Amino acid sequence: MAELTYKVPTMAEMAAVNESPEVLFWVGCAGSFDDRYKKVTVAFVKILNKAGIKFAVLGTEESCTGDPARRAGNEFTFQMLAMSNIQVLDMYGVKKIVTACPHCFNTLKNEYPELGGNYEVIHHSEYLQQLIREGRVRTEKGQEFKGKKITFHDSCYLGRANDIYEAPRHVLESLDADLVEMKRCRTKGLCCGAGGGQMFKEPEPGKKDINIERIEEALQTGADTIAVACPFCMVMMTDGIKNKEKEDSVKIYDLAELIAQADGL
Amino acid sequence: MAIVQQILFIGILGFTGWFVFRRVAIIRKTILLGKDDDRTDQPQRRLSVMLRVAFGQKKMFDRPSIGVLHLAVYLGFILINIEILEIVLDGVLGKHRIFAPLLGSFYPLWISFFEFLALAVLIACVVFLLRRSIVKVERLQPERHREMAGWPQLDGKLILVLEIVLMIAILTMNAADSVLQDRGNAHYTITGAFFFSQFLKPVFNGVSEPALVVIERIAWWFHILGIFVFAVYVTYSKHLHIILAFPNTYFARLSPKGEMNNMPEITKEVRIMLGLENQTGEASEVPERFGAKDITDLNWKNLMDAYSCTECGRCTAACPANITGKKLSPRKVMMDTRDRLEDVGRIMLANKGEFIADGKSLIGDYILEEEILACTTCNACVQECPVLINPLDIILQLRRHKVMDEAHAPGSWNAMFQNLDTNQAPWKFSPADRFNWASGLKQDEV
Repeated sequence: MAELTYKVPTMAEMAAVNESPEVLFWVGCAGSFDDRYKKVTVAFVKILNKAGIKFAVLGTEESCTGDPARRAGNEFTFQMLAMSNIQVLDMYGVKKIVTACPHCFNTLKNEYPELGGNYEVIHHSEYLQQLIREGRVRTEKGQEFKGKKITFHDSCYLGRANDIYEAPRHVLESLDADLVEMKRCRTKGLCCGAGGGQMFKEPEPGKKDINIERIEEALQTGADTIAVACPFCMVMMTDGIKNKEKEDSVKIYDLAELIAQADGL
Repeated sequence: MAIVQQILFIGILGFTGWFVFRRVAIIRKTILLGKDDDRTDQPQRRLSVMLRVAFGQKKMFDRPSIGVLHLAVYLGFILINIEILEIVLDGVLGKHRIFAPLLGSFYPLWISFFEFLALAVLIACVVFLLRRSIVKVERLQPERHREMAGWPQLDGKLILVLEIVLMIAILTMNAADSVLQDRGNAHYTITGAFFFSQFLKPVFNGVSEPALVVIERIAWWFHILGIFVFAVYVTYSKHLHIILAFPNTYFARLSPKGEMNNMPEITKEVRIMLGLENQTGEASEVPERFGAKDITDLNWKNLMDAYSCTECGRCTAACPANITGKKLSPRKVMMDTRDRLEDVGRIMLANKGEFIADGKSLIGDYILEEEILACTTCNACVQECPVLINPLDIILQLRRHKVMDEAHAPGSWNAMFQNLDTNQAPWKFSPADRFNWASGLKQDEV
């Protein structure tokens, strides 16, 4: 694939030549800084390039949406970040945003409007589903998934928070793999343990860590791939699988990575 | 004799009415201590939610077998109330089966239908009691859930026993009545046999007529007194959900579960700090408190939620923190909020309706910081509740108070806040490095 070159234009670059993108890709903090999730960002950018989407990112002009501060009870920090982000987004006249992070997705979509930021916000699971349906992404050229067992871990901020249960499953179905469900799935899905600011502190005393409870359930399905659609879930599930010393036999991938693999990107 | 019964009945009816009214008034008053929150928008959507979730019991059918049993008790409660109308009229007017002449041949069918319901309620309550005491359904056990110890556990069982006894009283009353009709006692209007209680009739075969009248009267009085006791008892019990489920689902939140309520008082402050707004007049009015410390800081719907909770524990059984042994239990959050409301109600009653501060607060004296810190905001509790209670909303308001008002947060959260304030990311990375992830891709480009 040496002939394919990937472009990551920024909003500033586009604005300089008086252009505007079809969609802004909101990378998020994990997608920008977390080594594991940066691979998801790259995979998604490759897909956008391949599909010929005119997109842009904010680059260094992006800030945290403020979600972890708000959930941890710090409304000041949340609103400071939110207002600055809205200023930047409005300055560029952004109308449509896609993001791979359900927490960014929820905050941008549901909580920015009350602070004056109104955008069409799409999670990458829905976006990927759309690209697949339109035939702009093909899942038959790359890695073969037939016969593989995949289980999908629902992210709370995608599922219960925003009622998105089917889009990620439709994306996975396009891989022609064997999709198996955990006992607690969809509306009953068990949290990975990272939401509500838990990602940034030690858990309270208890008899078990939440991610261990969840990874045990995922392993019970016999799946060789655990698909996630959230950077926090990715961290928690990865820690869980290491704790169970199963990281060689069971892989954890984001939806975008699986689609990129299937498309040979 | 009849006139004595009549006067006694009217007296007890009046006393029950007065007592229930008094209880309802104080419950209403404590709910109104909560902050305003307009929940009157989209009336059609709200009505449809109420019809589906409360009237139609939609969420109870997440567990179909329990859903059917609960439906029996629910229908029994609603429909048997129609028969209570007849009983109350009989009691007040000193008549017997006042509807029988009006309904004619339809009457035994009508009563048989109530008997069918009574039997269904009886069976359901026996199964529920077995689930609590013998099968030991985990979410109902005080050994595993400390909030269930003592009164809540007793409350759950008492109400089931009371319902079983009430249903037995209906069937006994009808059976004795039928036997008296067969023997031609003038006071007992001929109605024809009732479908279920007729099988109890052989029990009374050898009993003399005067003794039968006494049995019938005792069963009648027991049944109606039981219902009066129930009416008063409900206002102190978790069973208040039988009434509050309806308004509670009607006024439930309609926004996506992921959305947290905005704090407009902070928005103004932030706009001034960012230079988006000029400071008008003197210092902008600073709210007396950020977040919620006590029930008066919560909104009225949070408080109605607390009274609506029937302590079924579906929320707690789904809570990832509770499942893994943390102290947090969403059910306990609701029960603590109600306990606080009941305590405040007692203070108000003792002080001519005024709430005089007692030095206690919801966070600290009822709910512990450790509990609210363990929440992952996953919304599993909100999703599970059959009457649309939102424990998460309370947890988050309490957190806001701890973090903003008391500036009390775990050290690692403070570090996260600091990173967000200085680097605009929760981790300690330079904002200048935010776009470095693309450097690999850009090399491909060259």
